[in-house]
Amino acid sequence: MSSRIPLLTVAVSFAMLAAVIFWVGTRDQSTPTQAPAKTANAAPADRDDTTESATKSEDVAVSGNAASEKSERLGDAAPPATASAAADFAPPARNEIPDDEFGAMVRKGRDIFTDTQTHAGRFVGNDLQCANCHLDEGRRPDSAPLWAAWAMYPAYRGKNKHVNDFAERIQGCFRYSMNGTPPPRGDEVLVALESYAYWLASGAPVAKDLAGRGYPELDAPEQPPSFSRGKQVFADHCALCHGSDGQGQRAADGSLAFPPLWGPRSYNWGAGMHRVNTAAGFIKANMPLGAATLSDQQAWDVAQFIDSQERPQDPRFTGSVSETAKQYHGEHSMYGKTVNGVVLGQDAPPSGTTANVNQK
Amino acid sequence: MTIRFRLNTISTLVCLLSVSLWAQASPGDIAKQGLGDDVAPCSSCHGAHGQGNKAAGFPRLAGLGAPYLEAQLNDFASGARENAVMKPIANALSADQRRAMARYYSQLRSEPSQASTGQSENPPETGARLAEHGRWADDIPACVQCHGPAGVGVGEHFPALAGQPAAYLEGQLRAWRNGKRPGGPMGLMASIAAKLDESDIKPVAQYFAAQSPTSAKGGGS
Ligand code: HEC
Ligand code: HEC
Ligand code: HEC
Ligand code: HEC
Repeated sequence: MSSRIPLLTVAVSFAMLAAVIFWVGTRDQSTPTQAPAKTANAAPADRDDTTESATKSEDVAVSGNAASEKSERLGDAAPPATASAAADFAPPARNEIPDDEFGAMVRKGRDIFTDTQTHAGRFVGNDLQCANCHLDEGRRPDSAPLWAAWAMYPAYRGKNKHVNDFAERIQGCFRYSMNGTPPPRGDEVLVALESYAYWLASGAPVAKDLAGRGYPELDAPEQPPSFSRGKQVFADHCALCHGSDGQGQRAADGSLAFPPLWGPRSYNWGAGMHRVNTAAGFIKANMPLGAATLSDQQAWDVAQFIDSQERPQDPRFTGSVSETAKQYHGEHSMYGKTVNGVVLGQDAPPSGTTANVNQK
Repeated sequence: MTIRFRLNTISTLVCLLSVSLWAQASPGDIAKQGLGDDVAPCSSCHGAHGQGNKAAGFPRLAGLGAPYLEAQLNDFASGARENAVMKPIANALSADQRRAMARYYSQLRSEPSQASTGQSENPPETGARLAEHGRWADDIPACVQCHGPAGVGVGEHFPALAGQPAAYLEGQLRAWRNGKRPGGPMGLMASIAAKLDESDIKPVAQYFAAQSPTSAKGGGS
């Protein structure tokens, strides 16, 4: 036994030497030999057929200017993405938040937006953050970015049948997407979020439907969306992160890394994302994270699958699922429909439960 | 088969005869003593607790997901993940032993590698920006979205980067760009590495090298 030790030591030092040599060898080969194995290419083409291209062509003169101004101003930020090449506005860079009282409120709003649980937890009833559905801190085009939303309010909303200002729009997000309690008017949480959106929209043309607003609207699928095909798409392209049970995953420090897509800790039956067409548009443009390469059909199918799962009750629940469905749910909602022998909404956990499972 | 089984049983019962039973070496034995002439003790490079060796650039294994570690050992063995040091080692282990080693290291507590305090000179700000915010204009999500805050790791498939040697992290990003490492689950990491600029690699590697792996409380999948 003891005679082996020196031998081993020799062997190990040789191996270490080999390792070092190997690294020196690999270190300088910096030329990528693989072409980027990419990605969101289908999206812009599809989108050109929609109303957005009309918007774009109306603004040719303005958008050219705005774009070049933007890329100078952003400095460190990268050139416009393929997905957003058509965008006619880009928000100010992160490090441009002013260092004054207003800037402090903007930062507060950004923190609420990206870590809603910590900074506005009392108004939240699930495990989501605003930024889970509005990616890149509410900056990403085709991910319902805040800079495109800001100037579009006040606006009439069919959902509550009256003109909503921006604060009321955000209250709706808390009630439905966050399955929580809307902060009262004038609450600092609303003020901070408004400040953040206002700042992101610095210099944006007013009352204009900017390219990149909302989620893309997909054309109707060739085949009707299918739960069973969607289940397969989910297993192949989503479960790695969101879990095979759709309940998400936490990082080793206990914080939520991948958000839940259904169940008691996700968005409720009144949220925009519960509509299959909305989810399909979001997914097509943004999921799988960093590799949004699904076909339109796959996006529709997997949206059908995740939006045919039980989730917290619609806060407008009248006491009867069929009644609530009739009153509030249109053709793209699975609420009240029967899937695999179960009426969706019937076993929904109550809406608006408070965030308690959360901070570990 | 039955003989092995019986040997196994006996060795468990007697508990101390194991010195002569190389084939029955436990993962702990292989880690500390190696296996025959072909496999140097893992601990000689990866540290007594699997914490890695920052000075030499050997990665930490402790606490990484078992399926991840097993896939790496299998890829070293097949040559799909090219590495001259690990290939003969992984090849000398049976598939069962590779799985057992993976499980063994996944269960060790992550401890900071020795040099971690010395290493935390200010990582460049560009590295922090890419790590924490990504660069969505190029469809690059924040690294921490998949690797957890500060790179502490998420679940079984998203390895911790926090506290890994900077040279090692750089080497991996280059390996993907040069086609010397398989893409991993859904090819996600290969496609991200391909989208990086050459000038991103060093700063982002330094950023994660400077983070503390102990902010990981363990568990949490
Ligand atoms: C579960 C996903 C989800 C979460 C979480 C979420 N939202 Fe939304 N949000 C949506 C959807 C869906 C829409 C509607 C977009 C559309 O119809 O194109 C929307 C729309 C908006 C709009 C209007 C966008 C526009 O262009 O008119 C704002 C503003 C907004 N959300 C803010 C927030 C804030 C603030 C939070 C956090 C308190 C939040 N959202 C959380 C999904 C979400
Ligand atoms: C690589 C990991 C990963 C994969 C794969 C992935 N997602 Fe996501 N998903 C995320 C992350 C992270 C977020 C939150 C985004 C953020 O905060 O920036 C998210 C957010 C979402 C959301 C909005 C938030 C919520 O919980 O409802 C939906 C819906 C969603 N993903 C659906 C999908 C679908 C469908 C697929 C498969 C086609 C998929 N995702 C694949 C990581 C992933
Ligand atoms: C002579 C030094 C040396 C020895 C002994 C050694 N390794 Fe390694 N190991 C390395 C090096 C160097 C790397 C990095 C390879 C690369 O750059 O791809 C590595 C990488 C690994 C990885 C991949 C880690 C990751 O994060 O992807 C695993 C797993 C691993 N070794 C397991 C083992 C096991 C198990 C043993 C013992 C049976 C062992 N190693 C023995 C040097 C060694
Ligand atoms: C969309 C999810 C995702 C994102 C975003 C991501 N990674 Fe990864 N990363 C992975 C996966 C999955 C693996 C494991 C690959 C495997 O199994 O071979 C990995 C592995 C790695 C490894 C190898 C670790 C080891 O122990 O060998 C490095 C280094 C790495 N990533 C760096 C980064 C950096 C730097 C960024 C940000 C620029 C980043 N990753 C962003 C998913 C991601």
